[in-house]
Amino acid sequence: MSEKEVDEHSGVETTGHEWDGIKELNNPLPRWWLIVFWVSVIWSIGYWIFMPAWPGITGYTKGIRNHSERENVAVAIEALDAARADDTRRLIAAPSMEAIENDPDLLQFAMAAGGSLFGDNCATCHGAGGQGFKGYPNLNDDVWLWGGSLEEIKDTITVGRRSEHPETTNTLMMAYGRDGLLPRDDITALVDYVRMLSGQDYDAEAASRAAPIYATQCIACHGANGRGDKTQGAPDLTDAIWLYGGDRRSIYDTIWNGRAGVMPAWEGRLSEEEIIALSVYVHALGGGE
Amino acid sequence: MNEAASKSTSGNDALTGGVERLDVEPVNKPEKRNLYKARDPIYPKRVRGAYRRLKWVIMVLTLGVYYLVPWIRWPRGPSEPDQAVLIDFPGSRFYFFFIEIWPDELYYVTGLLILAALGLFLATALFGRIWCGYSCPQTVWTDLYIAVERMVEGDRNQRIKLDRAPWSATKLRKKATKHALWILIGMATGGAWILYFHDAPSLARDFFVGRAPFSAYFYFTLLTFTTYVFAGSMREQVCTYMCPWPRIQAALTDADTLQVTYRKDRGEPRGAHKKGDPWDGRGDCVSCRACVAACPMGIDIRDGLQLECINCALCIDACDSIMEKVGRPRGLIAYDTDANIASRAYGGASSYRFVRPRVFLYLGALVLVSAIMLFSFTSRATMNLSVQRDRAPPFVLLSDGAVRNAYTIKITNRDNVPRDFILTFTADADFAVGGVGDGVINNAMNITIDGDETRPLRLFLTLPRDEIAAARLPVKVTARDETGIEASVGTVFLSEAK
Repeated sequence: MSEKEVDEHSGVETTGHEWDGIKELNNPLPRWWLIVFWVSVIWSIGYWIFMPAWPGITGYTKGIRNHSERENVAVAIEALDAARADDTRRLIAAPSMEAIENDPDLLQFAMAAGGSLFGDNCATCHGAGGQGFKGYPNLNDDVWLWGGSLEEIKDTITVGRRSEHPETTNTLMMAYGRDGLLPRDDITALVDYVRMLSGQDYDAEAASRAAPIYATQCIACHGANGRGDKTQGAPDLTDAIWLYGGDRRSIYDTIWNGRAGVMPAWEGRLSEEEIIALSVYVHALGGGE
Repeated sequence: MNEAASKSTSGNDALTGGVERLDVEPVNKPEKRNLYKARDPIYPKRVRGAYRRLKWVIMVLTLGVYYLVPWIRWPRGPSEPDQAVLIDFPGSRFYFFFIEIWPDELYYVTGLLILAALGLFLATALFGRIWCGYSCPQTVWTDLYIAVERMVEGDRNQRIKLDRAPWSATKLRKKATKHALWILIGMATGGAWILYFHDAPSLARDFFVGRAPFSAYFYFTLLTFTTYVFAGSMREQVCTYMCPWPRIQAALTDADTLQVTYRKDRGEPRGAHKKGDPWDGRGDCVSCRACVAACPMGIDIRDGLQLECINCALCIDACDSIMEKVGRPRGLIAYDTDANIASRAYGGASSYRFVRPRVFLYLGALVLVSAIMLFSFTSRATMNLSVQRDRAPPFVLLSDGAVRNAYTIKITNRDNVPRDFILTFTADADFAVGGVGDGVINNAMNITIDGDETRPLRLFLTLPRDEIAAARLPVKVTARDETGIEASVGTVFLSEAK
């Protein structure tokens, strides 16, 4: 190598690199930068020793701390369950769910647990606030196909409706038109009859023609006065709430194609205390009976 | 090695009139300023005098408050901690003697910070950087560290000599002792810090047996380290390079602000003075550089007001003792104003104007904010009420056509004892009130809330369809306890627009 060249102006050695007459000075690295660099190097060696670091063919180096985020999460969840164990026991031990609602502490716990369970499992169909969508019942109102008491709500969550649970209920609204059970004229007349029941404008002639058809075909589930039957999940046709819509076209569609909405069963997917908490939460949304 | 230190052994020839001329140069001389410059070591020389004594007193007071306050007890009853000053993160409370701040009242802390800032503005406008000079933690701890350094290694000249000497057993012992003492002070500082966040006696016990929370050890180590580094090795660099305050102060002071000032009208022309020489035709400054040697910032006050000067007033004491020695009046360096220097240079008199627009401005703001805070604090409620209306769905249509809105209402009892509350709704419409459980009777809810508790309640308002006058009806929610203390929050009842 040639001898070192020192820049006259600054008194700093040059690297010997030159571009268009400009020479690069060989200034030393800033000391703080060097310190950080070497501390990082030393730190990384310590890290390799203590923490999981190097990938291998069949696994990776575990490090002597045997650190595992996966296990930490498991431990944290266990600790959380243990912290909640007391309240969880009290939920199951409560004589009734009404007793839970009258115990402010327990209600607060059930509402918090039920709220997060609802968000995780129910909100997809019933909406974030339980407001429902067409075909998915609004859980805030006072209309319940299968009953809105705490026990009935719990039953619906546990076994589902038209689900695969052995104890579920399987009654459904038949497809009168599609399956050829009633001629089209009868169905259009029934639409007017149903609108009469719910207090909407209707054709009196058509409704009176439909009365005997209703008495033979519909009365078994919806009842003589159209008030429905909660044991069969048959909706009340006289109220202002419509799961699939109360306009002529929707009612016609319901009678022609039938309806058989499915509520999945949660037994086995949620624990007993989770179902209790969820029942209390849904009941407390406002529609509970 | 810096120039000042290398010449120090040959400095004995510079005796002027019995006053030793010190070999010392300011670290921020304009000729020496570079974009990047390694730190020049500063060896502040010991001074004696009134300001030094004042600084000792303030150091004892401020450090005493810092180290001892966590140990003060203040009984608050069985359910709450008995520490007078406690920032309780797990319990989400801030305790300060008789004051208890909840997280939603954090604006009081903001208010305190505003007061502190305004107080600082006012003090700076009147007296310059007295905060920096006397009570800033950086100044106080650096002062303490320098005192320890002087105790172990001796005064300025011995320290310079020790630093230049080759390593020996004595030097090693002195340096080790100094750093050990510094680290001990740092540990006491970090140790006191964490006591503000936990019950002091139990934390102190847990700390030594290794059972304190990780955060306690973390902040103990962090504060120990920062104290040791900031006060031990960084010192004046923290003030000059890291702190924004020196820049801000320039906007807060004016020509009438009292600052530590070299009275150049009296000192110039400076020069060496032999005993017996006349003082006519020359200034009082004998160029002894005692002021520079005393300066913990390593600057020369005679260069005028400088960013680096923290107004610690040690140069005043240093100069006064020289002036006494040479038989001139004290106060060549003193608290004075730029306006006075200028006035005297033209034969005018000194005058002090404390009544200035900016003083009124800061004082007015200080009084105003204090009054607002005091009013808000004395009238603050022992309860809190918050109402959140369900937004999904915004309202619920019921089977009979009526409309219902749901509300989550939280009542907070800030007292230590359980209280009974009655929750009522006031509106122009005849709502039916419902709730979860059996709590609602006669359209009102009765609830007992434990001391120091917040209770969420879910309540429903229902209105028949034909009574709905508008899509948006105002509703007032009121919670009242047995003694008549109440809180109200306005909300609305929504329905479909007709």
